[in-house]
Amino acid sequence: MSVLGSELASHRFASGLAPGHLDRLAAIASRIEVAAGTRLFDEGGQATSMWLIRAGQIALDLHIPGRNRLIVETLGPGDELGLSWLLPPARWQFGAVAQVGVSAFELGTAAVTGLCESDHELGYQLARRLLGTAVARLQAARIRILDLYAAPSHAVGGTS
Amino acid sequence: MIDCRYPVRYRVSSRLEETHDTVTLTLEPAEDPIAPCRPGQFMMLYSFGVGEIPISVSGAPGQPALTHTIRSVGAVSAALCAAQPGHVIGVRGPFGTSWDHADAAGRDLLLVAGGIGLAPLRPALLAALAQPGRYRRIIVLAGARSPAELVFASEYGQWRERGASVDITVDKADASWPGHVGVVTQLIGRAQLDPHLTTALMCGPEVMMRITGRELTAAGLPAARVWISLERNMQCGIAECGHCQLGPLLLCRDGPVVNFEVAEPLLAVREL
Repeated sequence: MSVLGSELASHRFASGLAPGHLDRLAAIASRIEVAAGTRLFDEGGQATSMWLIRAGQIALDLHIPGRNRLIVETLGPGDELGLSWLLPPARWQFGAVAQVGVSAFELGTAAVTGLCESDHELGYQLARRLLGTAVARLQAARIRILDLYAAPSHAVGGTS
Repeated sequence: MIDCRYPVRYRVSSRLEETHDTVTLTLEPAEDPIAPCRPGQFMMLYSFGVGEIPISVSGAPGQPALTHTIRSVGAVSAALCAAQPGHVIGVRGPFGTSWDHADAAGRDLLLVAGGIGLAPLRPALLAALAQPGRYRRIIVLAGARSPAELVFASEYGQWRERGASVDITVDKADASWPGHVGVVTQLIGRAQLDPHLTTALMCGPEVMMRITGRELTAAGLPAARVWISLERNMQCGIAECGHCQLGPLLLCRDGPVVNFEVAEPLLAVREL
């Protein structure tokens, strides 16, 4: 089912893009529904898509031998899923599974890259948004490293 | 008139283990009770022979019994956490400022908690839930270290049934955890807040409140409508000893609930 630029504009990631850019992105986007428990990708797989989550929840996970599967982070409505495609070797660093039913816009990254190369202003706008996503996740990861909720003596920098 | 300088004896009537290191105690007066407390205020709880520490009230307002949720992190808190039904504890208070969210009527009331910071927010939440229709939405965003370290976990379902939106996130979880994994600030972006129609109350580690406060104000929420609960070394409770000084504030009197507009510049001063 085709996607309208105005629909994309309602997503936090695409909000603020020029109407022409929204239309060009919408032309390569598809609307998908993912059932709970469906795995979108596995660690090490080729990264060829990105998703703009509209509803539901997706867990980024990692299998650790002897510790089963650990959830690295969860993503929800308004979030963008998929950053590994941006840089070589374009393989997924983590896996992704729908924890509940998920609605999203899916965009093939070859087409996204093509649009960016043919329209540098669109490329700049997308790069800013993707960098914002990466920075927000980096900052969140740094906060979690601080282990703020640990008992004072166990926290990083805590006293005895 | 009870003199706040002297403890009033209360007897532990119930003890609930919230997590491996946190308990909720209900205390009934063993003599003339202290004055009623407001959500956000704290008491000085005295474990006789061990010492006294400040602990926020965590129960619904207007009850004769006191409810406190305590995490065992030192000698006094460990003694309080170990107190069994029938044990007598000294109580002084109530002290300090309370959550000020009268302006939230008709708007969204956002409560952001980190770890045991949910305890001081619980009385405000219960008061809000008892007034259906007073707020446009009641939104609870809470973070914890792991699912096993969530406090009041058995109540989230009731809060949702009574109309609150409750989103919980943890720092670490395995695949059996159906909730969010990440920091509580990440939930803010997904909550679709209208900054012009939101009043926020926050309690948790100071770094978490600093970051969350900045996130909320960056999203357009006026700092004057963000309230945080701060803690320093409260001792006397009556603004005489000065141990809880934070710049121009004595937090046992001017806090623990402080407006973010006032608090933010002070939180950035390393010497404080």
